[in-house]
Amino acid sequence: MRTVNVNEITDNIKEMCIEANHFLSDDMKDAVNHAAENEKSLLGIQILCQLQENLEIAQKEMIPICQDTGMAVIFMKIGQDVHFIGGNLENAIHEGVRQGYVEGYLRKSVVSDPLIRENTKDNTPAVIHYEIVDGENVEILLTPKGFGSENMSRVFMLKPSDGREGVINAILTAVKDAGPNACPPMIVGVGIGGTFEKCALMAKQALTRETGCYSNIPHIKEMEQETLIKINELGIGPGGLGGNVTALAVHINTYPTHIAGLPVAVNICCHVNRHVVRII
Amino acid sequence: MDRYINAPVSDEDAKSLKSGDYVYITGTIYTARDAAHKRMQEFLDEGKALPIDIKNNIIYYMGPSPARNGRPIGSAGPTTASRMDKYTPKLLDLGLKGMIGKGKRNNSVKEAMIRNGAVYFAAVGGAGALLSQRIKSSEVIAYDDLGTEAIRKLEVENFPVIVVIDSTGNDLYEISIKEYKSI
Repeated sequence: MRTVNVNEITDNIKEMCIEANHFLSDDMKDAVNHAAENEKSLLGIQILCQLQENLEIAQKEMIPICQDTGMAVIFMKIGQDVHFIGGNLENAIHEGVRQGYVEGYLRKSVVSDPLIRENTKDNTPAVIHYEIVDGENVEILLTPKGFGSENMSRVFMLKPSDGREGVINAILTAVKDAGPNACPPMIVGVGIGGTFEKCALMAKQALTRETGCYSNIPHIKEMEQETLIKINELGIGPGGLGGNVTALAVHINTYPTHIAGLPVAVNICCHVNRHVVRII
Repeated sequence: MDRYINAPVSDEDAKSLKSGDYVYITGTIYTARDAAHKRMQEFLDEGKALPIDIKNNIIYYMGPSPARNGRPIGSAGPTTASRMDKYTPKLLDLGLKGMIGKGKRNNSVKEAMIRNGAVYFAAVGGAGALLSQRIKSSEVIAYDDLGTEAIRKLEVENFPVIVVIDSTGNDLYEISIKEYKSI
């Protein structure tokens, strides 16, 4: 058994909030660079160059990449041989977010009640997902999620007879409806299978996969490649102003499902797909 | 076509801008997003005056991140405009001449734009650090309690935007996608 003080969790999450919002990970930078090389629309190229310059300014001047510094979504993978001391783990996570957003000059975008809508002024609470795994490590994955693209995400409860083609059509429908609102070029996270909530969670997790890495299930990898080509044939382009690069990647996660169902969730993220991982 | 215009924007300038023009704006613009629009609507419903003179002005749909010491503003890119659609026709009828945001607008906004000779610009979504450098000063002038959603008066210099919907209703989102669509 290993003992971990929750203060260590707070300190790491604070740093991760600041890091994620100023320094885009290399996989995403590469994806944007690749898009700039492949885009055919002149206006599209101009927009992609602005995005490249924006990333440089953000890290050099310590100005957040996007003013929507997101709602903090945190995936915790906790080894079952870990024993936490020093306080309540969940409080420690929220405290890390609070410190990161307040001390890091990040925007406070969270309201306490979805209908009354009073800003909590420190960007808490975070959305936290826990998974218990083997071992004695704690893995923290932080993904601050902006809502321009989150608002364009969808869940489709398809019929088994809709099959592969139905799933691809659902993804294309979500991307087409999202259009310029989701700040393309985008990353498309897809969950197929499970239940209503399981497929939505898988779609979110799919967004955090290293950009450009395919599923290790051969027929799903093929589907990711085919869907990406079709999305880019929609013509939406950078900024939604026309072009051949609408999505940078399609990531699909799957899970067994019920004999009567084919749930599909499409979680869209803009080109500022922020994700940071630390193992403690 | 590249264009350089001043804000507040004259009726003539607004009418001369065409869908697809790349425009650099210099002058004074105002920020307002969801909560500020809701409150402006409530003010109008109650017969109160708006906190800004809206005539010939441009509203930027934006809520910045906090400014670090010595800087006028933090990251400052556009938010999705369609969330303001419900409130926009009324503001256009009161003289609002331009809006900067990102994403589609509905038909009632387009009709009100044609009726009033107004323009809808897009700034590049997700380029908030770059755009912040074209903002020379920022001052909260109303609804301070709304935090990032307060109304701010901004002085901008060569602020880069693209005309998406012009005063005759041409919509670049619809036109340009057709050119690259192959499915």
